[in-house]
Amino acid sequence: METPLINDLNICVATENGSGSASSNNILFKAIFKMGIPCSSKNMFPSNIQGLPTWYQIRANGDGYLSRKDVIDVMVMFNDTTAAKDIYRVRDGGVLLYDDSTPLSPTLKRDGLQYIGFPANKLVTKLVPASPLRAKQRNMVYVGALAYLFGIDMSVIKAVLEDTFGKKPAVIESNLVCIDAGYQYCKEQGYKQNIARLEPIPGGNQGKIITEGNTAAALGAIYGGASVICWYPITPSSSLAESMEYYLPRLRKQIDGKKAYAIVQAEDEIASAGMIVGAGWAGARSMTSTSGPGVSLMNESIGLAYYAEIPCVFFIIQRGGPSTGLPTRTQQADISLMYGASHGDTRHMILIPHDMNSCFDLARQSFNYADRFQTPVFVAMDLDLGMNLWSSEPLKLNQEPFDCGKRLSAQDLDEWTKAGKKFRRYFDQDGDGIPYRTVPGNPNRIASYFTRGSGHDADAKYSEDEHDYKYILDRLRKKFDTSRKFVPKPIIEKEKGVKTGIICYGSSYEPVREARDRLRASGLKTNHMLIRALPLTSEVMDFLAEHDTVYLVEQNRDAQMAAIIKDENPVLGAKVTSILVYNGLPVSAGEVVKQIFDAAQTAKTA
Amino acid sequence: MAEAKVNRLNLTEKDYDGAASTMCKGCGHDAISASVQRAFYESSVDPHKVVKLSGIGCSSKTPAYFLSQSFGFNAVHGRMSAVATGANLANHTLLPIGVSGDGDTSAIGLGNFCHMMRRNVNITYIIENNGVYGLTKGQFSATADVGSVMKGGKVNDIPAIDLAELAITLGATYVARSFSGDRKQLTPLVQGALSHRGSAILDVISPCVTFNNHEGSTKSLKYVKGHLDPIHDLDFVPPFENIEADYDEGTDHEVSLHDGSRIILHKVSKDYDPTSKANAIQAIHGAIAEGKFLTGLIYYNPNRMEFAEELNLVDIPLSELSQDILQPPAAALERINADMMK
Repeated sequence: METPLINDLNICVATENGSGSASSNNILFKAIFKMGIPCSSKNMFPSNIQGLPTWYQIRANGDGYLSRKDVIDVMVMFNDTTAAKDIYRVRDGGVLLYDDSTPLSPTLKRDGLQYIGFPANKLVTKLVPASPLRAKQRNMVYVGALAYLFGIDMSVIKAVLEDTFGKKPAVIESNLVCIDAGYQYCKEQGYKQNIARLEPIPGGNQGKIITEGNTAAALGAIYGGASVICWYPITPSSSLAESMEYYLPRLRKQIDGKKAYAIVQAEDEIASAGMIVGAGWAGARSMTSTSGPGVSLMNESIGLAYYAEIPCVFFIIQRGGPSTGLPTRTQQADISLMYGASHGDTRHMILIPHDMNSCFDLARQSFNYADRFQTPVFVAMDLDLGMNLWSSEPLKLNQEPFDCGKRLSAQDLDEWTKAGKKFRRYFDQDGDGIPYRTVPGNPNRIASYFTRGSGHDADAKYSEDEHDYKYILDRLRKKFDTSRKFVPKPIIEKEKGVKTGIICYGSSYEPVREARDRLRASGLKTNHMLIRALPLTSEVMDFLAEHDTVYLVEQNRDAQMAAIIKDENPVLGAKVTSILVYNGLPVSAGEVVKQIFDAAQTAKTA
Repeated sequence: MAEAKVNRLNLTEKDYDGAASTMCKGCGHDAISASVQRAFYESSVDPHKVVKLSGIGCSSKTPAYFLSQSFGFNAVHGRMSAVATGANLANHTLLPIGVSGDGDTSAIGLGNFCHMMRRNVNITYIIENNGVYGLTKGQFSATADVGSVMKGGKVNDIPAIDLAELAITLGATYVARSFSGDRKQLTPLVQGALSHRGSAILDVISPCVTFNNHEGSTKSLKYVKGHLDPIHDLDFVPPFENIEADYDEGTDHEVSLHDGSRIILHKVSKDYDPTSKANAIQAIHGAIAEGKFLTGLIYYNPNRMEFAEELNLVDIPLSELSQDILQPPAAALERINADMMK
């Protein structure tokens, strides 16, 4: 018999989409969080409203590792369609919970598992009056069963229900009755399992919040001053715009009862991109949120904004591509798409958050970057960051003044005129590649100019002249290179003498952190660099130079970030060994460890 | 030397000039630019309050040829409606004028155009409609009539999109059709559009003298001139002119615009009420059946709010708001954090 592990448990709940399990899973997750145990949730849901299979994994880990875990300790088998496969997803010695209202099919029996049955259907039929709700309440029963088996106190469950449904005592009661029925049934049967026990950690999770990246980024955008938000519904980005719709009226001051923001659901992504380009041109802090297919449609306007030098922000919540791909699964496969978006020579700034606070903070800062560099800025997130619940330190506001860049007011222009300086919209006045701009409505006689996506000279006049054309292209490149000194620097963790490095970005950070600890335990010490932006900063090349072996973890097939590094420095880039995870699931530490060991083995035998 | 005539802003008509045109000689578009320039001058509009927008194509080049003191934006093909919508949200105090072509509006940009009107975005939107793609040398556009012949002899057999009818159906609140050669009609129609708050759509037939001016074309100068069907003569009376307009109680119709100006519609042959959607669409269809171009102020709806108003935007343009308005206090974030701890 196993000795139960304390606070180390990975639960997978298999249900049907639309069956109401989102609510029961949420309660379960929050209950474990409330006990003070570090925990995370990963929702593997289908592109469907009702009927297709969905899995929800909750990992409780006293050591604070929060990435998706491959090894499943407990399976709640509540979906007949996937049951035959689900029983093999549980580790040997694991626990399988099922509804024994009807007898379990012998085909679902497997050696090496502990089966625990409870009559969820029957209990709910007895407790809940016939209604469409009844089927959903069935899921509450497994919450109770898990609570009893693994040691979640019913008082904690009750507190979570009160937090969640505070103003609806009837809802609290109806859920509580079903949860308690599951709990009591397992107790009466004297069920026991010996694999793990959840124990409260006093003060654990104290001061921590639970949120999703899309919410954190929405709040960051609001604090960053976004005032024109145009979007088109697309998974997994919709909840970013919807969060803004929710929070803006609650957070932003009204003036005489009128709104200091415009949020528009556009007719398509082409329109939402066009609108934010128009708004950025006219001087507002403008943004959209979308995912890969949206970027494909927005390409033409992105090129326009790049060439005409118009600030605007694109929040890209990546999902599985190409084409419709896996719209409800996660990937980092749109890095090249964003970096070189649109036709012609383009290069774009990309900010890459990796946790809830960087979703908030980089969202806020993105508008400063867009204004300072007068260019489209991408904030590259993914479904794992954007839509899964993460526990996090509270969101922290860095109260720095807005950086509106080289935007000239009517008074500024008066001073320029007095000083004998001429306003030239696309001229490199300061030698940093960043020109000065004015926005429509500026009443100064010398303020206006003609913006166009066709060839223009330093004075914004139409031109097909080869020198004029090249001047603008070269200056745009110079501006991009200037931005290298301003974008967020990588976060580096290193110790002297360690010659193996791991690089990652975005949502790979948490699994890589865990993987490094496991590698260390197996005798391989690694240094780490988290890339937080494109263009690459000098620290990236320094890190490559300092290490003999460098693994670069990314969530795409084609090693897109590695290609960018190799393009900039083929010699140092040759050091990169790519660790690629692109099955649509959030990266697990186990996968990273395995691939690194495999790669090391291959290198040794080569 | 006689002193140049000035308007109420003390500006001459020359102050509303733009760069030299690069259109073909005799192009209808230049005549439209001249009418637009005249309209701004006559209505004494401050050029610094105007933004000129366009898509791609011959017509879309023309905003560079008037009002060089105004900001201009020649965007991408078919997307002017979207860009204008965004500019409008950023600063609803600006007076936007958009110039587009029939390809830009009725083909590649049709979707965005429809939704701009659905939202009733404040804009004076002129379509310089010649039935062909000029800049790519003469292909049919979606406004080419059935039976119209291309320069090379190809005959169009797909029905035309009637942009005025579409505009009325989709929610535009000021819809007119005119002819580039009829400056007397076009100028007051543009002035009216500038005074109107909401989507003002002007479908202006503007013959392409290079690619669509031959025998067999239904948008040639000769053909159009011979098939015009004006529903009324019209006069524009700006709010600052207290003069009594020439108004005939029995047969004239007065349209009051948002800024206090008026358009007087003088009956030509039959009574026409531009505030009825059903009548307007019927009149368009009647003219099409007779092979004619119905011109004049076809539809007008003063009762619908424009988009920025519908959204209840602050009076100060969003583009001018400072950090203390845009950035919520840190304490509010603390409260959200506290909610997220549950």
